[in-house]
Amino acid sequence: MSDPSTPSSSAPPQKTFSWRSQAFRALVYQCVAVLVIALAVFYLANNTATNMRARGIQSGFDFLTGAAGFDIGESLFAFDSGEPYWRAYLVGMTNTLRVAVVGILLTTLWGTLIGVGRFSRNALVRGLCVAYVELFRNIPVLLQLLMWYLLFTEVLPASTEPWVLGPLFLSKGGLNFPIPVWATGQLWAVWGAVAGLLAAWAYRRYALRAFEQTGHSKSMFWAPLAIILACSVLGWVLGGAPMEVNAPVQGEFAIENGGSLTPEFLALLLGLTVYTAAFVAEVVRGGIQAVATGQAEAASALGLGRGQTMRLVMLPQALRVIIPPMTNQYLNLTKNSSLAVAIGYPDVVSIANTAINQTGRAVECIAIIMLVYLSTSLFTSILMNWYNARAAIKER
Amino acid sequence: MSAQTFQTIAPRPAPVQTEGVLAWVKSNLFNDWKTALGTAVIGAVLLALLPPLYRWAIANAVWVADSDVCHAASGACWGVVREKFRFIIFGRYPFEEHWRALLSTTVLLALIITSCIRACWKPWLAAMWVAGLALYFCLMRGGVLGLPRVDTDLWSGLPLTILLASLSMTMAFPIALCIALGRRSGMPAIRSLCTVYVELIRGVPLISVLFMASFMFPLLMPQGFSIDVLVRVLAGITLFAAAYMAEVIRGGLQAIPKGQIEAAATLGLSYWQTQRKIVLPQALAMVVPGVMNSFISTFKDTSLVAIVSLYELTGAMGMAMNADANWRPFRIEGYLFIALIYFVFCFSMSRYSLWIEKQVNKSKLR
Repeated sequence: MSDPSTPSSSAPPQKTFSWRSQAFRALVYQCVAVLVIALAVFYLANNTATNMRARGIQSGFDFLTGAAGFDIGESLFAFDSGEPYWRAYLVGMTNTLRVAVVGILLTTLWGTLIGVGRFSRNALVRGLCVAYVELFRNIPVLLQLLMWYLLFTEVLPASTEPWVLGPLFLSKGGLNFPIPVWATGQLWAVWGAVAGLLAAWAYRRYALRAFEQTGHSKSMFWAPLAIILACSVLGWVLGGAPMEVNAPVQGEFAIENGGSLTPEFLALLLGLTVYTAAFVAEVVRGGIQAVATGQAEAASALGLGRGQTMRLVMLPQALRVIIPPMTNQYLNLTKNSSLAVAIGYPDVVSIANTAINQTGRAVECIAIIMLVYLSTSLFTSILMNWYNARAAIKER
Repeated sequence: MSAQTFQTIAPRPAPVQTEGVLAWVKSNLFNDWKTALGTAVIGAVLLALLPPLYRWAIANAVWVADSDVCHAASGACWGVVREKFRFIIFGRYPFEEHWRALLSTTVLLALIITSCIRACWKPWLAAMWVAGLALYFCLMRGGVLGLPRVDTDLWSGLPLTILLASLSMTMAFPIALCIALGRRSGMPAIRSLCTVYVELIRGVPLISVLFMASFMFPLLMPQGFSIDVLVRVLAGITLFAAAYMAEVIRGGLQAIPKGQIEAAATLGLSYWQTQRKIVLPQALAMVVPGVMNSFISTFKDTSLVAIVSLYELTGAMGMAMNADANWRPFRIEGYLFIALIYFVFCFSMSRYSLWIEKQVNKSKLR
């Protein structure tokens, strides 16, 4: 038995091929693994093709251009049953994105509030926050959704006698609220807001430069906010200050006019927000706890105020810990919105479910669901991995 | 020289009390005016909310299983749970055979609890699992020992929830371990295969995996070969849970300093020896909370199989209530009841996770 791995110290190690080398073994393992996977995929695909032929199932995505033949309860744009399937899927996707985006915003606010509340000096606040987190994260989100939906459809009064909260109407028909009538004034207000944003950005740059030169800090939050608000109000006034509002009124059978949110949307939004906020609260708490207390003490020793300590010292360090798990929670919320199928909110999964039942093309419909969620998730995953690589502690 | 008369100085005030109920209340509820204001506002809200809740849930509640009384009462109708609890817990399982589901689930739970106790982490535990599972399936499925056969499509309720959760957890863990090691492997093909698997599964919702298991799986199998729907769904949940758990375990593997692996290689340990003796013992101890978290989410995720028409606890509850028009208005009480069951399971798992975290980290205590 000769030992092959004893090169002389001066000469570089010779690269000789050996059947017993680690590199060769690794190559064999990998070839075998790839071959096995490829064979399995081929076998399954072959089975599927045979089965489909035997059962007379048609395949292909041509059904997408055929008429859908079903109505959709709510959509951001007009849809009727004569329109093709791909339009129905589009409605489903916009519905998914709508509930996900609004849900993420609300969850961030509510979850951060609960998470920070656990550091409160008031024991009542602390206790309530702990109870909230423990209660809501230990009950399945599907059950919570079903319970919210039940509350919205059974406990609330019928739409003929709704609860009136100022201009809002709450009933089994959902939430009705006033919306301003679109007029030139609103358009001007939007342009004003855009101009305000630019002005605020310019002000921020000026304030930063002034701070660097003189050391006097200027208002970095309230002043820009005031500039944006002032500009949009100015635009609105220049546009003629339209005051007309499309308010909901009590009709004979239902509530008419105004904007409305369906009970399905409300139940889904509320359920997802309440559930995910419990997890976000834990993420925020973990992030704040991860910052060493010495940092806050050092900041106050330098003469920074409480707000400045939080904003300039604690938060930037906590964010490094918070952002990756927070992104995960956002993804979870988006994926959990697929449970809409259980309460009849027409998101992309429930549209696909209907399409499977109508056309029998399970493979294609499931592929579409997966594609929609995968593209959202992979996009976020790439961002996260990039961030993770930047934030991770480097080791050789 | 004048004689000085002795004069007592004024007594010092007693030190501020820092212990006891009153001191705690003062420092935690009325420390400064902001805290006091918060206490007042929250106290007022609680005072406004709690009495009606108490009246609904306890004072005016109906505890007898009589739907007429329930319809007349203004409070909650807990009688619905008393009337329907066998259907909520056991679902579609034949009524006369409920004892079998109860007994076999007790066996399974006893197995799980035994596995949670540190003193029982011995080789005989594996043998007990094999024997216990055999007993479980004999009892549940029947067809032997003169027990009438109960097919898997009738298995439902809490026994199904516990079965799905425990089996998918135990099967997902080894798969997750392999995938996590694969993602850290030096072989590019294996690494990318594992990465693709994890990212693919983590990118889609569980419901689409379950749809796949129930609609697409029959198409993937050779003709004339059919797999039970329970097994298909179980496989779906297992593969889903494995992807998430693999990421948790990979986190632990990444935290092991490179120097340890290099030191092991210097000592002449092979890849598997290094993993088994050096890396995994440290990494797994580190990821215990994360793994327990993914166990808890797997337990909660089993509620989703109700959507693909397997009637576990949530589905059985819906079925028990919707079948009977007399009791349908009291679904909310039924939902609260099963929410309590889920809560008890998940909460005790999270407490156990805290305990075991302390156990495995004993080496780090000084």
